[in-house]
Amino acid sequence: MFKTLALGAALALAAPAAFAAGEGEITDYAFPFEGPFGSYDTFQLQRGLQVYTEVCASCHGLSYVAFRTLSQPGGPELPEDQMRAYAEQYEVFDETLADGEGDFRPATPADRFPNSSLANAPDLSLMAKARAGFHGPYGTGLSQLFNGMGGAEYITSLLAGYRDPPECAPEDFEGYYNIAFASGGYPEECKNEEGHHEHPGSWIAMPPPLSDGQVEYADGAPNTVEALSHDAAAFLMWSAEPKLNTRKQAGLTGVLFLAVLATLLYLTNKRVWAPVKAGGKPLGRDQTGV
Amino acid sequence: MSGVLHDDYVPKTRGEKWVERRLPIISLLYGTLMIRTPRNLNWMWIWGIVLMFALIGQIATGVVLAMHYTPHVDMAFASVEHIMRDVNGGHMLRYFHANGASLMFVAVYFHIFRNLYYGSYKTPREVTYIIGILMFVLMMGIAFMGYVLPWGQMSFHGTSVITGLFGAIPFVGESIQTWLLGASAVGQPALNRFFSLHFLLPFVLLGLTMVHVWAFHTTGNNNPTGVEVRRSSVEEAKADTVPFWPYFILKDFYALAIVLAVFFAIVGFMPNYLGHPDNYVPANPLATPSHIVPEWYFLPFYAILRAFTGDVWVVMFADWISFGIIDAKFFGVLAMFGAIIVMALAPWLDTSLVRSGRYRPMFKWWYWLLAVDFIVLMWVGAQPAEGIYPYIALIGATYWFAYFLVILPLLGVIEKPVAPPVSIAADFAAHYDPQTGGTKQFAGSPAE
Repeated sequence: MFKTLALGAALALAAPAAFAAGEGEITDYAFPFEGPFGSYDTFQLQRGLQVYTEVCASCHGLSYVAFRTLSQPGGPELPEDQMRAYAEQYEVFDETLADGEGDFRPATPADRFPNSSLANAPDLSLMAKARAGFHGPYGTGLSQLFNGMGGAEYITSLLAGYRDPPECAPEDFEGYYNIAFASGGYPEECKNEEGHHEHPGSWIAMPPPLSDGQVEYADGAPNTVEALSHDAAAFLMWSAEPKLNTRKQAGLTGVLFLAVLATLLYLTNKRVWAPVKAGGKPLGRDQTGV
Repeated sequence: MSGVLHDDYVPKTRGEKWVERRLPIISLLYGTLMIRTPRNLNWMWIWGIVLMFALIGQIATGVVLAMHYTPHVDMAFASVEHIMRDVNGGHMLRYFHANGASLMFVAVYFHIFRNLYYGSYKTPREVTYIIGILMFVLMMGIAFMGYVLPWGQMSFHGTSVITGLFGAIPFVGESIQTWLLGASAVGQPALNRFFSLHFLLPFVLLGLTMVHVWAFHTTGNNNPTGVEVRRSSVEEAKADTVPFWPYFILKDFYALAIVLAVFFAIVGFMPNYLGHPDNYVPANPLATPSHIVPEWYFLPFYAILRAFTGDVWVVMFADWISFGIIDAKFFGVLAMFGAIIVMALAPWLDTSLVRSGRYRPMFKWWYWLLAVDFIVLMWVGAQPAEGIYPYIALIGATYWFAYFLVILPLLGVIEKPVAPPVSIAADFAAHYDPQTGGTKQFAGSPAE
C-alpha cells in the first residue's frame, strides 16, 4: 500500500550516515487525491475526522474550518443531521449571550472548530499546505511535481515517525525523538566532528499521539499507527484544501476546452495563412484594391 | 497610425460618417486592428498578446478578490481563507490571480529576451523599449505588493527584507524606509497602503500598455530579420506586410490558447507549486522563517543583490573610495537596480548597425550565454548564501553587467555581421517557397 521512497534514503544508506541540520526522513505515501485526476476518498476523510476528534482535537484547533463544511461535497460528506450532532459536541464562546457578557454554548453548523487549547499546539487547518515540501531537491520542487510529495506525506511521516532515541542521546534530553521532525532540539552528542547530524530528524515536544488500535473504526479499517496517521493526514489535507475536487475538475474542463479551441484556431490560422505562404496576396481589402 | 504606408479608413455609410465626424473612434480601431505587420514575425512575437490578456485577467480577478479581502493585520490572513473556503469560486479566483502573476513574468521574460535577440530595442524603437522597461519595473512593484496582502510568514518577512533595502541608502535610507512603510517596521500602515497601491498601479500599467502599443504602432513592428518594412511604395510595403487582422490576431489567439491550457493545468492541478508553503502560516513578527526566499520571478535580481558581499574587491574599493558611504549592503542595492538600468541603456550600448541577432555570428554566443546566465541567477537566488553559491552568483552577476557594458559596445566594432536579406518579402519567400504550396523549406533564409 505504501511506496517507501525516503527523501533521505540515499543519505541513510551512505556510511557513515550524516544529515544536514534540519533534515527529516519523509516517506512518499500514496494518497487517493494525488495526481491530476486524484480526488478525496470520503470514507478515508471520515476516518481521519474520527482520529482528529478522538486524538488531535484535545490539543489542536482547526479554526478556519466551519462545521457545515463537513457536509459539503468533496469532503467527509457527513449527513446533515450527523454534522449538526457532531457540531454540538463542541462548546464555542458566544459574546452576544448573557446580555453582552458572553457565554459558552454548543456549536452550530455555522461555527468554526475551536482554536488550539494548548499554547504551543499549532492550529492544524492549513498545516498540510504549510508543511508541503515544495522545494526539493536543490530548490527545484521536482519531488512534489513527480512524486506528489507534499504536506500529507509530511504529516503521516511525522505521526508515524516516533522511534526509540539513538544511544548517543542523553537519557534526559527534552522531547521525543522523531525521524521526520526537522526543526526541534538535537543533542550535541549525536553530531559528528563536522557538526552534521548522525541521525535523521530531531526531538519534538509533542508526545507520540497515536498507538496501534487506539482508534476503533466502525468499518473495521486497519488501525495501526501508520494507518491512523495516513487517515489523519488525508483529513488535514482536506481541511487545508477543501475545494481540491472542484478545482481539479475545473482545471480539467479548462484544459480540454482550450485544447479544442487551440485545435480550431490552429486549423483556422493555417487556412487563412495558406494563400499568403503560397505567395499569393493576403485576404481582405488588398484583393479589392481599396 | 503606423508610419508604414497603409490604407486609411474611409467611412462609407451615413452612420459611419456621422460618428467619424464627431469621434474618429472607428478609424482608430481600424488603424489599430488593420495595422500593416511584417509577415515574417515568428512565434516569439506572441508574448505581447499573452501579457495584455494576463493583465486584463489579473485586473478582473483582482477586483473581485478585493471585494472579499480585508487589509487589516488581524484579519487579512483569515479573509484570504474566507475567499478560499466560503466565497463562491473564490479558491479558483485566488489561484488564478496568484498564478497569473507568474504567467505575466514568464511572458515578460520571453518578451524581453526576444527583444534582446532581435535587437528590437535599437533605433527607432528606443521609446517603446524604455516604456517597456518601466512597465517591467512597475510589474515587479505590483507583484511584490500583492504578495504582501495574504499576510503570511513569507509576506511579512519578505516585505521586511525588501523594504530594508531602502534602509541601506546612505543618510536618508531610514527616513525613506519609514516613509514607505508608514512606520518604523512592517505593520498595519504598510499593509493598508500596499493594498491601496496594489489596486491602483495595475491601471497605471494598463495606461502604459496603451502608450507602449502606440509607440510601436508608430515605428512599426521589428521582425526576425531586423530589416525595416520598405516604405518607398504602397506595393512594396504590402509585399513585406499583412494586416494584423486576421493574420496575426488568429496566430496570437492560437498561441494564447496553448499558453492558457498550460496555465489552466497549473491552476487546476498544482496551484501552490510556485508559491511558498510558509505563506500558509499567519504572519508572526517574532518567528522568522529559516529561509526567506522571494518569488521565483525576483530571484535573478535577488541573486545580483546578494552577489556583491563585503569580501569582493569591487565592493571593498567602492567602500574605500567613498569613505564608507557605499558599504556592501548599499552596493548590493545599487547592483540590483543597476542590473535593470544597464538593460534599459541597451539601445545606446549596442553599437552594432545590424539589428537582428540572426545575422551576428559572435553576438549569438554571448546572447545565449546571457540567457543561461539568467537561469543560473534564478536558480542560485533560491539557494542559501553559503558554500559555493555566492561565487556562482558573483560570476553570474558580473556577466550580466559585462554583457551590457562591455560585450555589446565591443561587438559592434569587432564583429563582422552576415548580410541580412534585402527585404522582408524576400525572407518570407525563402521560407515558404511558392512552388511547393507553402510548405516550409529547410534551407532557411538565404542569409543564414
